[in-house]
Amino acid sequence: MSKSAILKSSLAKKYWMGFTGLFLCVFLLGHLAGNLQLFMTGVEGQFQFNEYAKFMTTNPAVKILSYVTYISILFHAIDGLILTIRNAKARPQKYAYNKPSANSTWASRNMGVLGTVLLAFIVTHMTNFWAKMHFSEVPFMTADPEGKILEEPLKDLHTIVMQFFNPAENSMALVAVILYVVSMIAIGFHLSHGFQSGFQSLGFKNEKYKSIIDLSGKAFSIVVPLLFAIIPIYLYVIQVM
Amino acid sequence: MNLTLKIWRQAGPDAKGSMETYPVSDISPDMSFLEMIDVLNDQLVRDGKDPVAFDHDCREGICGMCSMYINGEAHGPGRGVTTCQLHMRSFSDGETIYIEPWRAAAFPIIKDLVTDRGAFDRIIQAGGYVSVNTSGNTQDANALPIPKDNADKAFDAATCIGCGACVATCKNSSAMLFTSAKVSQLALLPQGEPEAARRVQRMVAQMDEEGFGNCTNTGACEVECPKGISLENIARMNREFLKAQFTSEK
Repeated sequence: MSKSAILKSSLAKKYWMGFTGLFLCVFLLGHLAGNLQLFMTGVEGQFQFNEYAKFMTTNPAVKILSYVTYISILFHAIDGLILTIRNAKARPQKYAYNKPSANSTWASRNMGVLGTVLLAFIVTHMTNFWAKMHFSEVPFMTADPEGKILEEPLKDLHTIVMQFFNPAENSMALVAVILYVVSMIAIGFHLSHGFQSGFQSLGFKNEKYKSIIDLSGKAFSIVVPLLFAIIPIYLYVIQVM
Repeated sequence: MNLTLKIWRQAGPDAKGSMETYPVSDISPDMSFLEMIDVLNDQLVRDGKDPVAFDHDCREGICGMCSMYINGEAHGPGRGVTTCQLHMRSFSDGETIYIEPWRAAAFPIIKDLVTDRGAFDRIIQAGGYVSVNTSGNTQDANALPIPKDNADKAFDAATCIGCGACVATCKNSSAMLFTSAKVSQLALLPQGEPEAARRVQRMVAQMDEEGFGNCTNTGACEVECPKGISLENIARMNREFLKAQFTSEK
């Protein structure tokens, strides 16, 4: 066994897949916590969200975490691509008649397809919000909710988000909401297999922990995408009404 | 019963194969699937044609020789059965049945439905054994205390007959269930402990070298396995391999 086994072995690829995947699950929880602040209304909500956005873009610890997240996403995608290519090579001749639905879930067999959808979502999502926040001209919030002038004006990401899901400001708002919800459904399916699969790959699943891991995975794959998906629907609806 | 069979015919390892159609009639519902193929072959021989080559041996579901991918499933529609233990009553009169060999780069076709599963033997040879000194005063295995749970789990893993249904059914042609069963049956017992790290490393390396795909935890193998080998074994192998990376000095 060479020293590079931890990088080259098929099992090592699974460890990395599981490890980065589970890390990204933790990231989702953090991201969700941030997004949920969009439910806060009025100028207080706006201030709260923009303060949070500032913290997330300037705090050095968060910065390090964000780089770890980017690397994890890239690694997860590239590792997944390598695995998919190798797996296709392992069966050059397909079955004339195959019935995979008899023994496995659709999501488990289509993680690559779901992952590709998610990668496309991440790219557009970052173009719509992250890139705007960092590189383009943004509105500023100059006063806090009490009307006190801020020493340093806050980048108003809250307004960017609100406008993005407002049909009066963005003609594509409804499309954006629909695509967002579809992407959250995709992430739900991806997680429905991925969460427990990560634990299995890392060797955590056994008689003792199997049921709790499977149950947590199911709950996670429903609750997290659902909460994410409600937010743009909520923002759209309150601005239409 | 009257049936239409669509069977993969391939003259040799390098020949181009194709699905051929054969009608069979007067099949008893109590026949095993292999007996039904015997009837077809008898008919083919009488007609001066080449009979369908297929693997079989004990016909009792314990040798692991019979294979066949039947109607899109390894060992056909039954659960916990090998093809020899699958009976024609599982099918309906007039049905069309698709019969194909195991499909995997690591299991090259020899002829028709017969594949070369030597890759499994080489995985076992790489480490699926315990080294015992034949000094004449070898300790009786029963003298070693073994927790009942471990003994049961090791036994369950050891019921793997190496038929290859896991590879055939896996969308990635992965041999993880087989390899993990063979790793587990020894890793759980004190006799297997001293060579545990070396064993898992060598067997996994051999598994990769043979060109099997990577496990994506779809769980299809566990469902189709005629012996019900559990996915728990794969998790155990993942643990054993990870542990070996830190404990082994090589």
